[in-house]
Order: sequence, then structure tokens, then C-alpha cells
Amino acid sequence: MMSRVYVMAMRPEDILAPTPAGLCCKRGSFHIDPTRPVARALITHAHSDHARAGHGAVLATQETLDLMRLRYGEDFAGTSQAIGYGESIDLDGATVTFHPAGHVLGSAQIAVEAGGLRIVASGDYKNVADPTCAPFALVPCDVFVTEATFALPVFRHGDPGTQIDKLVRSVALFPERAHLVGAYSLGKAQRLIALLRQAGYEAPIYLHGAMERITGYYASRGIALGELRLVRGEKKAQLAGTITICPPSVLREIWARRFPEPVTAFASGWMRVRARARQHGVELPLVISDHADWDGLTATIAATGAGEVWVTHGQEDALVHWCVTRGLKARPLDIVGYGDEDDEPIPTRSEAERACAQP
Amino acid sequence: MNRFAELLDRLAYEHGRNNKLRLMTDYFRSTPDPERGWALAALTGVLSFPYAKPGLIRSLIAERTDPVLFGFSYDYVGDLSETVALMWPAPTVVPSSSPAGGGNGERGEPQGASGDDPSRRPSGDPSFPFRAPEENSPTLTAVIETLSTLGKSELPQQLARWLDALDETGRWALIKLVTGALRVGVSARLAKAAVAALADKDAHDVELIWPGLAPPYLELFAWLEGRAEKPASGDPAPFRPPMLAHALDDADLAALDPADFMGEWKWDGIRVQAAAGARGDRRIARLYSRTGEDISKSFPDLLGALRLPGAIDGELLIVRGGRVQTFNVLQQRLNRKTVTDKLMAEFPVQLRAYDLLADADEDLRPLPFAARRRRLEDFVKRLGEPRIDLSPLVPFARWEDLVAARKDPAAAGAGADADAVEGVMLKRRDAPYLPGRPKGPWWKWKRDPFIIDAVLMYAQRGHGKRSSYYSDYTFGVWTRGADGDQLVPVGKAYFGFTDEELLQIDRFVRRNTTDRFGPVREVVHEPGQGLVLEVAFEGLQRSTRHRSGLAMRFPRINRLRWDKPPGEADRLERLETMIARIEEGRS
Repeated sequence: MMSRVYVMAMRPEDILAPTPAGLCCKRGSFHIDPTRPVARALITHAHSDHARAGHGAVLATQETLDLMRLRYGEDFAGTSQAIGYGESIDLDGATVTFHPAGHVLGSAQIAVEAGGLRIVASGDYKNVADPTCAPFALVPCDVFVTEATFALPVFRHGDPGTQIDKLVRSVALFPERAHLVGAYSLGKAQRLIALLRQAGYEAPIYLHGAMERITGYYASRGIALGELRLVRGEKKAQLAGTITICPPSVLREIWARRFPEPVTAFASGWMRVRARARQHGVELPLVISDHADWDGLTATIAATGAGEVWVTHGQEDALVHWCVTRGLKARPLDIVGYGDEDDEPIPTRSEAERACAQP
Repeated sequence: MNRFAELLDRLAYEHGRNNKLRLMTDYFRSTPDPERGWALAALTGVLSFPYAKPGLIRSLIAERTDPVLFGFSYDYVGDLSETVALMWPAPTVVPSSSPAGGGNGERGEPQGASGDDPSRRPSGDPSFPFRAPEENSPTLTAVIETLSTLGKSELPQQLARWLDALDETGRWALIKLVTGALRVGVSARLAKAAVAALADKDAHDVELIWPGLAPPYLELFAWLEGRAEKPASGDPAPFRPPMLAHALDDADLAALDPADFMGEWKWDGIRVQAAAGARGDRRIARLYSRTGEDISKSFPDLLGALRLPGAIDGELLIVRGGRVQTFNVLQQRLNRKTVTDKLMAEFPVQLRAYDLLADADEDLRPLPFAARRRRLEDFVKRLGEPRIDLSPLVPFARWEDLVAARKDPAAAGAGADADAVEGVMLKRRDAPYLPGRPKGPWWKWKRDPFIIDAVLMYAQRGHGKRSSYYSDYTFGVWTRGADGDQLVPVGKAYFGFTDEELLQIDRFVRRNTTDRFGPVREVVHEPGQGLVLEVAFEGLQRSTRHRSGLAMRFPRINRLRWDKPPGEADRLERLETMIARIEEGRS
């Protein structure tokens, strides 16, 4: 009964409110994953749509800070402070606690508590096993802020192991061809490598140069990735029968011509929908996602016990509808700017294209 | 079913013929009987069970899902079968949540754990069970055997049970199978070639014994794996691998002796083989396409004319009022699911015979062409069927005569049929009928194509080896629009250029992109800026599907005109004149 009294006393919006810059805690003077530079930012994870450069002070896990530093340079923020999973910190009367989100290395959900009310901003998350990051932790709360990237019942990611088998079998069947696997450079690429190793694939795995530093960082954190080689400088014939991981944007670019008759694969939750895979010329779609699928989203929302759900980005309508049919209060937050790194399977104008557009 | 579903899944994404073959052969090699035999039956389209209607699939999903969520999903996926396959609810899994601590203490059990949601699965537990355990999912054999005996009223329940037991890909494949629309880009011929490859044999070898076989083809696999004798053909009207011609360049002619060759018109129809024989008292007649597909069903009006046992190699044409129609007209008779009396009356088919491969039980293929030709003339006369006539010889003494005939078929004997002539054929008098495309005995010398200069407007990347190249081009010609001259697309081409030219166009596209629509790039196309393509094509017809109102037959890039400013490319009026001339000739 006590919490009911507190709820009456304070509305969730008094603790955390959507603003054009992102979710803002006025009381604690901070934003979570702000989409534009702010004085104090709490960052859930290092993907570029959530972690931007140029904030005054940044609070995030050590891994997220390290990855931001790798991507943006030493001066990615005015000051930075690391926080561990399960650790709490008081920011002007709001208590914030970081919990594992299971999305990528260092990813966190951020619980914000004030006046007996707890809101969990989960960032991007998945509730399935991933050898490259800490497993998702369920945090009971009053308000759950959730992504909705794959919030349609058609998205069920299934067992990533079967997708890895599919890749390995294809390599065996086409030993004279190279397999090019498009994967986001932060998280997906390393998870793919780790899954291949778990499945017993021991051959060297080749990397596009854009993957080098982040993958090296993962390895330095003790994640077993086996023998990795850069594609750069390899002879075409040498690449027959190999697996190369590259950013999705270069799959069908001039860069891909150094491979013998490449098989174009792409590891993403979007690959579940055939039209999407086809549209991008993918021959071997691999349904492997770092986001919760429909079952994962709905099961997680239910399990948090939250009576109210805020939906940040993706297929908000469907998830809000589902919440309402379950008697939960729900609304979309309409924050612009999330999903730029992970949602778009293949950016329309890639780095490679920009590079080759110049004479 | 799972392995078959995986195969269909891969085939659906694969564009290359050889890669499709490899995938299928691998499947046939690694899948036991009778499963692989039923798969072969499904791929060759010989299965017959009452197909499920899309309405049934729709009502099954409506019973199981929230209509609003189905609406969102269907809208996103855009394909009914796929939407159903993907959102089919999972059978119940018992949830077990493992909160990570840090709660308020005052909080009770999470309210959501009411367990009424069939799609629930435990969160935070990395080892939750995935769906569709192997042992529950049906085999393809079980599915097909059940479908062929199942009563109509039992189908919905049976389908639902299978859908429960399969994973996403399995459900997708099952729905394709039961609705009778595999559509994975595999012809019956290709599937047979894949089976043949189990034993380094050719599709022809399988084709020859195919009519005597039935699913699940145990004896076929036994033979291919060296465990049994070759199954007897048993087919009184088999397909015989056809002999094909090489294209002749003007330069080749000088090296050939006119006395060694006989000339024929090259007809612009479709090459067919008409075979007839008897099994017991029953007459069997079949019409095969050039690749050995049995197309008898589409041409019942011709089958009746195949009264004498034997095998004719010839051209399928439409003849109206004693005059051969163009390919455009023939096309309207092709690829029809049902052949109505009206269609047959409006598009009467004719077999124009140019070779005889068998006369009753006698195999004529070892005979020289000149001898076969005499036998053919006799055979056609004995038949006495107006629907089967003889393709006339084109007489010539010197090459100059043939050059003239090719240039003006009407004046050289083709008369009113000249519009359906697309060149001349040269056949060595002494050549036996050899399957495949041996170089030397047969030459085809097509008439010159139509040529226009068009402007490159859009480019799209190709598939497979060309997946990083902009290799599919949409081109247009000038026409008067509301604001002066503008380009209107008139066609698409993706071959005809050399590898070096492909690189050049690819570079041009990347450097001159003005807009992007998904995988398509718009390329600069203004009077003073852009790339002119010399496009060759074989014919023109009116089309309501294209903005220009025209469709080209067999367009290809003939030459790159870097030298020509786009403003000087051709105008739509020129194509209008060409099509008017074609139509004039036809009437």
C-alpha cells in the first residue's frame, strides 16, 4: 500500500520526461541517451544512435566509455565516470542504478528511482544468451521504457545456432567461394565470431578494416574470438572457402570484388522478412539479432511487473496495442534519432560509396 | 520437412543456376529415401493433391491471433503466406522468471506472470528452450502421404497441427507446398539435372526414363547411386535431346562451301519436339519444349494431329488466314493455366516441321540431314494434317543468294510469312542429328536487329557475381512532355556489354548518381549530360504496362556511345514508326 501512496504523490513524468534531446530527469539534471549534446548524459550503450560525442559529463559502464573513446577519440566528452552493473549513484535526489541489458558489451538498463517510484530505461536489450556480453537482468519496476525495434509478432529470432549451422554448411558446400557476412561493427560482428567458435568453427575469420579496433577491444576483455585476420592484403584465391565479417554497407560495393564469387550473407533480425533480404541482394540471410524479438519484448514487459510502458523506437503502434490489451498503460515517446545505427539494414549512402564517388 | 524447407529457403534466395544445382544435388545426396524422392516430385511439379486455398490459411491465423497485430504484420511483410508462417503462435512454454534483484521489497510477484500468454518465454534465462523439436516435426513424406488421403474437412486441423510442430522456415515451406505454389525459381528440368548430377549424368539421361517413373523414385536413385540397373524407359514418346546451332558471323561465311549446306528459314516461334507412340492400344502423343519440359497440356489442339508414331523437330507457330503470325501473337497463347476453346480458335497453333528424329521405331538421328529431310517430307505427306506442315528449304547456289534471302525473305519465298522469319538456318547435308551444340554442322544467321540510341536513366545492381556492379539498366528516349522534351523509359537491359564496358558503366553510375530509390540509382540524364546506350532488340509490341506504351523484345546493350550527347539520342516517334511498320506488315 505504501507504494500506492508514493505513486499518488509523484507522477512518473516528474522523474523522467521525453524532451527533444531525449529522456530527461529534471530533478537529477541528466539525460539518458541524449540525441544532442547535453551537460550530463547517462549512456546505455555505445551504439552511435545512443552514444553521441560532445556531452559535458558522461556516466556509463567502463566498456561503454572505452568503446566511445575508441570511436570518437579521447575527447568524446568533457568528463566521464564509470559505473558497474548493480551499482547505484545518487544524482540530486534521483538514484540511478545500472543493470545488464544483454544487447552488446557494456550495455546497460538504467533504473531511475525517486519518491519510491522506479522507472527502468532499458535502452536496447535482448533476453537471450550472448557469449560476448553479460546476460539481461530483469529489473522489476513501475514504468518500463522499452525499445520496439522488432515489435511485430512476425519477428521471432529463433535459435542463432541454426543460423550459424546454415552459414557453416554453406561454406562447406561452396568451398571455392568466399562468404561475406554483413554485421554491425559493434556487437553483432563479435557475437557472430564467438558463435562460430562455439559451433566449433576453427578456421581463421577475416575482418573488414572497420571491425578491427572494436573486435580487438572485445578480445582484450577476454572474449574468445580465435584467430582473426584482416582482409587487407590477402590474395583473392586465398579467400576462397573463408568467412569474412564486414559492415553491411560494403557487402555489394567495390570492396567486395576482391573476393572470389562472394556469397552475400547478412546477420540481422530484419532477415526474417524475405522482401527485406531480397531488396538488399542478400543470398544467405542469417536471422541473428541483438534486439529482443516479439516474444522477448512482451515476456520482458510482463515480467517487469510495470503498470506503465513507454515505447521509444521501432514498431511502437503494435507494442502499445499489445500493452493496452493486457491492461497496461502505454504510450509511444516519439523520440527522434534512435535506431540509426541498428535499424537500417544497409545505409543508403555508405562510406564506401562516398569514397568511390570522388574521382 | 525441415531439410526440405531449408532447401527451398536457400533456393528462393539463390539466383545462379549452377548454385541452385549444387544446393539440390547436395540435398539429394544427403537425404534418405523416400524423403528425397518426394522432394523431387515437389520440385518437378508432379504432385497431385487438392491444394489448400489462401482463404483457409487466412482463417487459421484469424482464429489464433489478434486482428490488429495481424493487420500491422501483414502490412509490414506484404505476403499472406509469409505473414502466417512467421506469426503462427508458438505452442505453450512454461515460463520461469529470474529477477535480478534490486527490487523495493514491497513489491510482490510481477503482475504479468499470469501465464495466459502462449508466446511467453522466460526472460533472463539464457537456456530457455527453443521451439519445434525435431522429433515432432513431420517429414515431407508424411505430409504428402497424408495430404493425398485426407478428407477435405480434416485439412484445417491437420494443417494446424503441422504448423504447430514446424519452425518459421518449415511453416513457410509447408504453406507453399499445400497451396501448390513453390515458386523458388527451379524448373522441372533443373531439378532433374540436379538428380542426374548425383552420378555425373546429364538431365537428358533422367528425362529419357522419366515418363516411366513415379514418386518417390526409389529405382531412379538406386540407379544413380550404382545400386541397380537403369530403369527401363518404357516411354513410347520420349524426349530426345535437341541439336542446336551456333550463331554465324558474316565473316564465318567465307570459310564455308555453299555446296555442303542446305538453307531454311529461321522461324520466330518456339522450338518444340512432337513425339508420338503407342502403349498397348493407347496412342501417346507429347509436345516438349526445347529443354524437355512436357508442354502437351497447353496445346491439346495440336496433340490430336500427331497420329503417326515418330518424333518431329519443328517450330510452334500461330497461323491465321494462312499466314504465320509474329512472336508477339504467339506469346498470348503461351503460359496459360487453362486453354479454352476460344483461345484455341483465336490462336490456332501450327507445327512447322524441319527435322524427323524417329519414324515409328526407327531412330533416324544417325542419318545425314539430307536423308532425314527426305524422310521428313514423306512423313508429313503421310500425316496429311493441315496443322503440321513442312518448313520450306531456302534454295541458294552461292552465298550471295542466301545473303539476299536473309535480307528480304518475302521476295525469297517466305512471302506473307516473312514477318515471322528472324533469319536463316544453315545445315550441313551430311551431318547426323547430334544432341547439344556441336560447332560446324548447324549455323543460325539472324536478321539484323532493330537499333536505337537511348539514354541511361536508372541502374540497379545485379546478382551473384554481379552483385557489386550496377549491371541492370533502364533506358529512355525523348518525347514531348508538359515542360518540353523529356525522357520516357522504354526498356531494361542487363547484357550485351563486355566485362570492360560493365566496369565503365558501373563507374559512370557511381559518379553520376542523382537520386536513390532503395536498390535503384537514378543517373544523370539531361540533354547535355548523361550516357547514350546503343540498344539492339528483336521486336516491338504495344504494352499497357510501360509508360511509353511499348515493350521491346530481347533488348541488349550493343555499344556505348560516349561520343554522343544525350540530346541527340532517339525520340519515341522513331519507335512509333517502327511499330507501325511492324503492324502494317502483319495486317
